[in-house]
Amino acid sequence: MAMAVLRRLGQTLFVLFGISVLVFLVFFATPGADPTARIAGRNASPQTIARVRVEYGFDRPLPVQYVRMMEKLFVTRDLTSYVNRGELVVPEVFQAAPVTVSLVTGAALIWVLASVAMGTLAAALRGTWVDRGLMMLGLVGISIPVFWLGQVANLLTQSRYHDSWLFSWVPGLGYVPFTQDPLGWFRALVIPWVTLAVLFVGIYSRVLRADLVAVRGEDFMRTARAKGLSPARVLLFHGLRTSMMTFVSLFGLDFAQLVGGGALLTEVVFGLQGVGRLTYQALGNLDLPLIMATVMYSAVFVVIANAVVDMLYLLLDPRVRDGRA
Amino acid sequence: MDADAPPLLAVRDLTIALPVGGRMVTIVDSVSFTLGAREILGIVGESGSGKSMTALALMGLIDAPGARITGSARFKGRELVGLPQRAFRTLRGREIAMIFQDPMTAFTPVYTVGWQIDEQIRAHGRVTRKDARVRTIRLLGDMGVPDPARVADRYPHQLSGGLRQRAMIAMALSCNPSLLIADEPTTALDVTVQAQILDLLRRLRREYGSSVLLITHDMGVVAETCDRTMVLYSGTIAERGPTGAVFARPGHPYTAALLDSIPPLHGARPARLPSIPGSPPAPADRPAGCPFAPRCGYAHDACAVRPPLLPRGVQDIACVLPAEGRDLPARCVSA
Amino acid sequence: MTAPLIEAQSLRMEYRVGRGQVLRALDGVSLAVRPGEVLGLVGESGCGKSTLGRCLLRLARPTAGRVIFDGTDITALPERTLRPLRQGMQMVFQDSYASLNPRRRIGELIAEPLRVHRDGQGRRRTAGDIAARLAELLDLVGLPQAALARYPHEFSGGQRQRINIARALALSPRLVVADEPVSALDVSIQAQIVNLFMDLRDRLGLTYVFVAHDLAVVRQISTRVAVMYLGAIVELGDADTVLHSPAHPYTAALIAAVPEPVVSPDGDRAPPLRGDVPSPIAPPPGCRFHTRCPIAQDRCRTDPPVLRDPGDGRQVACHFPLESSA
Repeated sequence: MAMAVLRRLGQTLFVLFGISVLVFLVFFATPGADPTARIAGRNASPQTIARVRVEYGFDRPLPVQYVRMMEKLFVTRDLTSYVNRGELVVPEVFQAAPVTVSLVTGAALIWVLASVAMGTLAAALRGTWVDRGLMMLGLVGISIPVFWLGQVANLLTQSRYHDSWLFSWVPGLGYVPFTQDPLGWFRALVIPWVTLAVLFVGIYSRVLRADLVAVRGEDFMRTARAKGLSPARVLLFHGLRTSMMTFVSLFGLDFAQLVGGGALLTEVVFGLQGVGRLTYQALGNLDLPLIMATVMYSAVFVVIANAVVDMLYLLLDPRVRDGRA
Repeated sequence: MDADAPPLLAVRDLTIALPVGGRMVTIVDSVSFTLGAREILGIVGESGSGKSMTALALMGLIDAPGARITGSARFKGRELVGLPQRAFRTLRGREIAMIFQDPMTAFTPVYTVGWQIDEQIRAHGRVTRKDARVRTIRLLGDMGVPDPARVADRYPHQLSGGLRQRAMIAMALSCNPSLLIADEPTTALDVTVQAQILDLLRRLRREYGSSVLLITHDMGVVAETCDRTMVLYSGTIAERGPTGAVFARPGHPYTAALLDSIPPLHGARPARLPSIPGSPPAPADRPAGCPFAPRCGYAHDACAVRPPLLPRGVQDIACVLPAEGRDLPARCVSA
Repeated sequence: MTAPLIEAQSLRMEYRVGRGQVLRALDGVSLAVRPGEVLGLVGESGCGKSTLGRCLLRLARPTAGRVIFDGTDITALPERTLRPLRQGMQMVFQDSYASLNPRRRIGELIAEPLRVHRDGQGRRRTAGDIAARLAELLDLVGLPQAALARYPHEFSGGQRQRINIARALALSPRLVVADEPVSALDVSIQAQIVNLFMDLRDRLGLTYVFVAHDLAVVRQISTRVAVMYLGAIVELGDADTVLHSPAHPYTAALIAAVPEPVVSPDGDRAPPLRGDVPSPIAPPPGCRFHTRCPIAQDRCRTDPPVLRDPGDGRQVACHFPLESSA
C-alpha cells in the first residue's frame, strides 16, 4: 500500500514536469514572439530590456530559461504579467483560486448527492414512471446550456423577482470570501452552485442508474437477496457500493477540470473572478506569464485529482489493492 | 418422530412460464416432488431442463417481469407459491438458504467474507457485531476452513475456490436453515476439491440436520451424494426414485441413455460411446407428446401423447414402456 | 519408432503478475507426440495444461525451451514463416460460441482459412474448390449442408462445436490441439463430440493433443496421458497403464476423486486429498505435490523428483511411486 502511494506520487511529479515543459515550449520557445520585449513592456529602455533578458535568462539556452521560469513560478513567485506591468501573476492566481474552489466544491457536493439519490431511486424503481421521469429530468439537465440557465437564474433572482419574498435574500453578483462572512459566502454562491451542478446531476444520475441496473444481474446480487436482506440493503450495500467505480473516475476528471478553469461560463455569468475567467482574460491579452501560471495551476489540479481517484479505487475495491484488476 | 408428519417441502404441479418474445413459454411444467427432513434430493438435468428455475422459484427469486408461477410448494406447511416478497424475505437465508455454482462471483467482491457472513446473521436476529463474528468464525471452522479467524478477514478473491465455496456454505448455514438448496455447488471446482465439498454436504445432514436439494448436471455427483434422485428433461420429470434404484435400473430411456453416454473410468473402453442423437429442444419448441421422443430409440406411436408419471416399483417413471410391459434392462454395475 | 510430430523440450512459461512476482505456468515440460497418437493432458486448474496446448501451437511463445513441429523448430519463428506451418496444426477451443464471429454465416466462417491460405500447389483456391471443400467438411462433422447459410446463434452448443471442428479441419491439418472441447457441453452432447473426435482421427489419421479436466473423457479418447500438477508433468505414459494403475499419488487421487455414476453399496467415500492446489506463484519446494500428498516423506519436502521410468515404460516424477496393482 505504501509502495503504491509512493509510486503514484512519483508518477504525479513526472506528469507535472512533462506538462510544464510542454507549456513552456509552446509559449516561450515559439519563434517570432520575443518574450523579453513583452515582459519589459512597451517603450522600455534598452537598459530595462537588457535587465529583463538577464533576469529571465533569455540570453541563455532553453533549459536554463525553463529552470528560471519554474523558479519564478514556484520559488520566488515574482513572475510578472505582460499586460498589467508589475502585477505579480502568482498572487493573482492565488486570489482567483478560492473563488473557483468554492464554486466547484459546492456544486460537486450538490451534484454527487443529487445524482446518487436520483440514480439509485431510478434504478430501484426501474421501469416505473418515477424512473422514466427522473431520467427525462436528467436529460433535460444535460441539454440546458449552463450560461443560459445562469442568465435565466440571474434574470429571476437579480431583477424581475428580486424584491419578491422568494429571492430578496439573493445578494448582488460577485464573490464574498468565506473568511469574511460565511453566510454571505453561502448566499452568493448557492445559485451558481445549483446552476453548475445541473448538467452533472443529469450525467451522473444516468451513468449511475445504468451501472446499478447492470449490476443487478450479477451473481452476488442474487446471493444478497438469497440471504434475506431487504431490497434497500441489497441495493445500497451490495449494488451501489460495487457500481461506484465509473462514478468515481468520472467525478475525479470533472472536478479537476472544473477547478482548473472549466467553470468559466458559470464564473462569467455570475461575475465571479475565478481561475476560468482569469485564464480567459490572459488568453485574450496573450498574457504569457499569466497563461503559464494558470495552466500549471490547472495541471496540478488535474493530476492531483487523478491521483486521489486512484487512491479511492484502492479504498473502494480490494482487488485493485492486490493488483488483480 | 411421527412417520406420517408432512414432509419438509411438498411441491405439486409447479409450473413456471416466462414471457419470451410476446408469448408465454413454459420453462418448468408440472413438477412435483417431496423432500423429507434430513434428506438429500438430487435434481439432475441438462441445461434448459428447468432445474435451476425450480430452485429460484422456491427461493422467490424469479423476478422476471411477467413470470407466471402456478401450482403449489408447501414448505413446513406454508405455501410458497404466491407468497409476497416481504414474507419470503424472512424465510430466505433463515429457513431456506442457497449456495451457488461459482463462489467467486457469488460473493460481493468489495467486502470480506466474514463481513458478508456477519451480515446474514445480523439480518435475521438481534446479534451484536462481535457475537456475529464469533459465530462466523465457528461456522467457518466447522466447514473445515483452516485458520477461520484469518480467513474471515479476507476478501473473496484472496481465497482459493475450495475455501470460497466452504465460506459460501458457512454463510448459507449461518441461520440453521431447514432447507439448503445447492445449485451446481461443485461445477466450478476442481475434482479433488469437489470430492471435499460433496463430503461436507453429506456431513451437514448429520451435523446440522439440514435437508438438501442438490441441483446438478453430473450423474456422478448425484450417485455419490443423494438419497433420492429426480431426473428432469425439458422442464418435466422423466423419472424419480431412490438413487440406488434409479442408477441400477433406470426406468426412463433418457436416464438410461444419459448414464450410458458417460465414458467409464474402469473396465473396457467402448469403441464408441453410446450417445443420444440431437439436442434437447428449446423451451419454446417442445414437442406435444413425450418431450424425449424425438431423440429416443424406443419412440413409437404411443409417445405422441405425453406420458404421465406413473409408479413402477419404488420409482416413478414418465414413460409408456413400463405400462407396455417393456422395462428397460438393468445396468451392469461395475465399480 | 517414428519421429514425433510435435515435441516440447524443457518448456517454461512465465508471466509477470505484478509486484515483481512471477507465475510459472510451465516449469520445464518435455513431451513428444507421435503421428496418430492422442495425448490427453489432464490436471486441475492452474496446472498449465492449457498453456502447454497453446505453446505447442505457438499461440503463446514460451519463455524458454523448444517446440519442434514435424522436425522444424518453431519456438522462435516469426509469424510470417510460421504461417504456412500453421496449416498443419489447428486448435479447437472450449467455448464454441466465443470462437465464432456471431455476425458471419457458417459458410464464411469455415471457408475463411481456405481463403487465407493457398492450396498445396501454392495457388489461390477458386470459389468452386472452396464450395466443394465446404460440402465435404460438413459431411465429415455431421452437419446438414443447409447450415452454411445460417448464423452461429442458430445452433446448439454441440453443433457449434462441430462447426469449430470443421473450421479447424478445413486445411487438412495433421495435428489438432483441443482445449477442453467438450467440457461446456451437456452430458448427452459430450458423447457425440467425443465420438466425432475419435471417428475423425480414424478417417483422417489425425494426431490430437486433448486438453481436459475430465478423466473419463480423457481415458476414452487418449492413447497416452500426461498428468500435470502446478506447471509440471508428474506422470506420463500409456492411457491404460496410467489410469488403471497410477504410479503417482496425485494421479491416484485424481482418479479416486471422480464421482462415478454408480451407487456404491459400501457407503460414503472419504475425499482422497485435503486442501486446494497451492498458488502457482509460490509453488511448494521439493516435490510440488508434497503439501497434499498422503504418502509424503521428509525427502519430498526438499528434494524435487524428476521424471523417470519405474520399469514399465511410463514416466513418473515421484520418489515413492505406487506399486502397480495390475
